[in-house]
Amino acid sequence: MTDLWAGLSQAFWLLVTLDADLVEITLRSLRVTLTALAIACAIALPLAAFLAVRRFRLRRATIAVLNALMGLPPVVVGLVVYVFLSRAGPFGVFGLLFTPTAMIIAQVIIVVPLVASVAHQSLRELWSDYHDLLISMNATQLQRIQALLWDGRRALLTAALAGFGRAIGEVGAIMVVGGNIDHATRVLTTAIALETGKGEFAMALGLGFVLIALAIAVNLCIHWLGRTESEGRW
Amino acid sequence: MQMFPLVAKGAQVRRRGKVLVGPVDLTLGGQGTSIVIGPNGAGKTTLLKMLHGIVRMNGGSLDWACPLEEAQKRQAFVFQTPVMMRRTVIDNIAYPLRLTGMGRKDARERAADWASRVGLGEILQRQATMLSGGERQKLALARALVREPEVLFLDEPCAALDGRATREIEEILAHASDSGTRLIMSTHNMGQARRLADEVIFVLGGRIHEFSPADEFFAGPGTSQGRAFLNGDIVE
Repeated sequence: MTDLWAGLSQAFWLLVTLDADLVEITLRSLRVTLTALAIACAIALPLAAFLAVRRFRLRRATIAVLNALMGLPPVVVGLVVYVFLSRAGPFGVFGLLFTPTAMIIAQVIIVVPLVASVAHQSLRELWSDYHDLLISMNATQLQRIQALLWDGRRALLTAALAGFGRAIGEVGAIMVVGGNIDHATRVLTTAIALETGKGEFAMALGLGFVLIALAIAVNLCIHWLGRTESEGRW
Repeated sequence: MQMFPLVAKGAQVRRRGKVLVGPVDLTLGGQGTSIVIGPNGAGKTTLLKMLHGIVRMNGGSLDWACPLEEAQKRQAFVFQTPVMMRRTVIDNIAYPLRLTGMGRKDARERAADWASRVGLGEILQRQATMLSGGERQKLALARALVREPEVLFLDEPCAALDGRATREIEEILAHASDSGTRLIMSTHNMGQARRLADEVIFVLGGRIHEFSPADEFFAGPGTSQGRAFLNGDIVE
């Protein structure tokens, strides 16, 4: 209990004094997570809409695999990305290991199945409503996908927020591929892991509270921007 | 190029081994209003959807006078339960125009015009899912008519509407018909069928039992099932 209060107090002071290290790792956390989320959404949302409107032989299997990949162990993803980006790996020449870019790549791999699966659930329902109408209007496959993505945008926001939650709290993969290097790849979660390892529980808890506050703030901000609670909107 | 006649030969729809509609042999000309009548579960909706091309046939043929791709662009469908896209009234009506590549501004102008024609001009910016049943059906009609189709299929468009809304819908349909749109519509309402029909298609058990001019049908159907249906008896 003492640690908890000390953590809260530490978080308060870190925020009030705008601790330079805290600001730096918080901004890096946001940059890595939001970049990964944007890339993941660009891949996952059209994929989800495609799976909703298109019938093909391995569709069910694809959806099942996608659902299964939601539970992908981050540390395994980190390991695989590490192997690919290490000097001996196929992409070693790019020198991306232990950079924020490597962390983004790992997060994209982790987040895509989650966003695609959640988005697919809502777009599938929307497609069952729109199916006859859009076929009747002779909408092309691309136009159907566009209609689903546009009209289902508020439901897709939920999918994106789920992805954000997963990415911002991720530690295993980015620790492996980022290396938790001070002033280079350290983010909130890896900093918490480091402080806990050092026995600095108050500092770790303080960073934890900042992380939670950040996640809540981003969620509120996105909800507000999307006006999801406005009457008569979606 | 002319769309009609529409000729169906042995057209059939089966699902899980059960024949839902057919075999249908039918030739529809390009004039007037055809009303499809029949009891619940007779296959009216499936017949309309088959003719429109939403439901895939399992046998027979269905030929328009023009190429199928061309015919598909020149027809529209209004569903019994109107599908409201999650957009405003004006964006719903403009959507079919946007699909053809028309610019947003022009599409919205034309949509606003059609919204006014069907009595939705005051609520252009309202979300479509907030509309009443009658307003939804008017929106669906405007959305179907905005591309000025040559053929309009309607599946019981007034099924859940009150008398006033039904009259308004019928006025819109009459206007569309006067403007040269070919109407092919199913209904349960015999009064409506008498008011609108130029020819009647009586469907029972997925098959067309009668296809005759409206005057002839209402004067005395040629089949015992048709007579029983017109008398309000239960027919199966």
